[in-house]
Amino acid sequence: MKLKGSQILMESMIKEGVDTIFGFPGGAVLDIYHQIPNYPLRHILVRHEQGAVHAADGYARATGRVGVALVTSGPGATNTVTGIATAYLDSVPLVVFTGQVPTKLIGNDAFQEVDIVGITRPCTKHNYLVKNVKDLAKTIKEAFYLARSGRPGPVLVDLPKDVMADTCQFDYPERIAMRSYNPHYEPNLRQVRKAVSLIKKARRPLIFAGGGVISANAHEELTWLARALQIPVTTSMMGLGAFPGNDPLWLGMLGMHGTYVANMGINNSDLLISVGVRFDDRVTGKLESFAPEAKLIHIDIDPTSIRKNVSVDVPIVADCRLALQALQTELEKLLEGEDLSQRYISWRDKLGAWNENQPLCCPEGGDKIKPQLVVQKIYEITQGEAIITTEVGQNQMWATQFFRYHRPRTWISSGGLGTMGYGFPAAIGVQIAFPDSLVIDIAGDGSIQMNSQELATAVSYELPIKIIILNNRYLGMVRQWQELFYDRNYCSTCMHHNPDFVRLAQAYGAEGFRVEDVKELEPVLRQALASKKTTIVDVVVEEEENVYPMVPAGAGLGEMLLV
Amino acid sequence: MRHTLSVLVENEPGVLSRVAGLFSGRGFNIESLNVAPTLEQGVSLMTIVTDGEDQIIEQIIKQLRKLVSVIKVVDMNEIKCVDREMVLIKVNAMDQYRAEVLRIVDIFRCKVVDVSPSELTLEATGDRGKVSALIQLLTRFGIKEIARTGSVTMRRSMQTDE
Repeated sequence: MKLKGSQILMESMIKEGVDTIFGFPGGAVLDIYHQIPNYPLRHILVRHEQGAVHAADGYARATGRVGVALVTSGPGATNTVTGIATAYLDSVPLVVFTGQVPTKLIGNDAFQEVDIVGITRPCTKHNYLVKNVKDLAKTIKEAFYLARSGRPGPVLVDLPKDVMADTCQFDYPERIAMRSYNPHYEPNLRQVRKAVSLIKKARRPLIFAGGGVISANAHEELTWLARALQIPVTTSMMGLGAFPGNDPLWLGMLGMHGTYVANMGINNSDLLISVGVRFDDRVTGKLESFAPEAKLIHIDIDPTSIRKNVSVDVPIVADCRLALQALQTELEKLLEGEDLSQRYISWRDKLGAWNENQPLCCPEGGDKIKPQLVVQKIYEITQGEAIITTEVGQNQMWATQFFRYHRPRTWISSGGLGTMGYGFPAAIGVQIAFPDSLVIDIAGDGSIQMNSQELATAVSYELPIKIIILNNRYLGMVRQWQELFYDRNYCSTCMHHNPDFVRLAQAYGAEGFRVEDVKELEPVLRQALASKKTTIVDVVVEEEENVYPMVPAGAGLGEMLLV
Repeated sequence: MRHTLSVLVENEPGVLSRVAGLFSGRGFNIESLNVAPTLEQGVSLMTIVTDGEDQIIEQIIKQLRKLVSVIKVVDMNEIKCVDREMVLIKVNAMDQYRAEVLRIVDIFRCKVVDVSPSELTLEATGDRGKVSALIQLLTRFGIKEIARTGSVTMRRSMQTDE
């Protein structure tokens, strides 16, 4: 059967199991939009293309499926770049379709023309310009395959308008063969055995898990490893939820704003079992003093992650889940005769002492509400049964410290790129995927203004997202750095002219609450979290509260500022 | 240390920019880069000469392999190979020097490919050392222009131990 390019796009998406796309129309994609009503696809109309990509990203992180965004050419396409880079840095599977001017006009500086393939080359896993309708189905197949396989990532497909109008025979390829792309999933058994022998020798082992555990759905295997051997666990920010945050073996996050015990653990460990991590600078601090006494096992699907920043004793390039399963098989053989868990008792005691010495706790005193308390209350009220998205900055760090993530894919936050304005549109994607879940965006007064236009989207689809603004009238994290490292020169970090967030919510048809008195905090939060509407809670918090512990940039993990 | 990488790529639009962008975006060096089609339809061979410490070279190779358009990467430093580049050199050759220039042409087995009363254009092929030596010897006559292809390499049939 002969179909138009626009129909082939729809049919192909259905074949890929897509049911929801996030988008914004424009001239170059009108042929595509003309087809949408004819197919069982739900199109979520956002108010800005960046919002579409973040929403698709939130949808992908929460479900593990490929998120899809559709935008027009030119400015529509360039507006996706921040969203694409966000997904790229955090290895989120996305396919972004951009409209393009007709092939004959490409290169002519036509109206709303940009070279989006050129622009996004360094921030996509791969990208395509489809110049012939005959290549369309195969390209879409490849795009989805690339996005979800190996180390996942965003793929962009640029669709010229005439290609969408042209017709050709539609045959969706059943299989895919790319000679230049064959991700490696199976672990090398010799390496696994080497890892086991290191584990056997270790006296102070630590598991360090990252986002790779979540994208590979390896949390159960990871949890087995930790519990069977009674090895304590820390994670990067991307790894929150990979191990239950209420387990006694949980040490909290490590790194710049990690817990004292996690950072001291890294500093004193003699074996780091690192799974699905890439040793980002926010995690390692000063590289020379990172885990100075530890041997390193590093499991990751991406060979470039290995030895990029730190030298590794036993690298295992593999899917985290398969590698952990292989490790489990080998360890079970070993465990039959011996109870390894007993030998780490003194190590766990030592960690316990560090934790008792410097636990994470909500500071007290002062008239104003402490932002940490807000996050802690949200945790108490929800008992951790919520999906948390965040903006970027202090709000994000407090959300890592004072909320405990029990399950994977309940923590949705921009890690690598640190994109302010991510949390709210991402929450839209999450709530669309899970209409019955409690979805909370923990926000700052600065970040929320970067994509607050999406209130219109949330209200129009009746999404009961809860935005909790920790409103300190500052770009708090930047102000914190100015306080600590730039002589308190608060240049351009004061948010004197914030809108009235309650009335902003109301203007969009959402609900708005304001809390200034700590006595009202819990009742208002309870009321807001029970609401069926899109809701903003503007919590007026202590202006100059800082996030601690803090490892200053470039310092070693042992050099934490504690208060 | 200098490494020569032999990179087989899908011959598709943008592939050069993907490879070049990888080097510039990650702060790797490119000393020379040569691209041309191979016998296989749709496949091109890039020969990239780069420089860096071992850990950097390892990253370059891994990052190249990660590009979806890259089929195969071989570090030619790891194997025995033939390494050649071609150079065109336009050199001053006034009467009083002409014989001397031609003697060098002879010694280096170059070809004279263009001639005028005052200049000679030479074509030479060889490995890096030979080309550098030739350039060094001709410098004193005054080199007016130079064009080099960058290295191309090929695995030697017999990989003998030294």
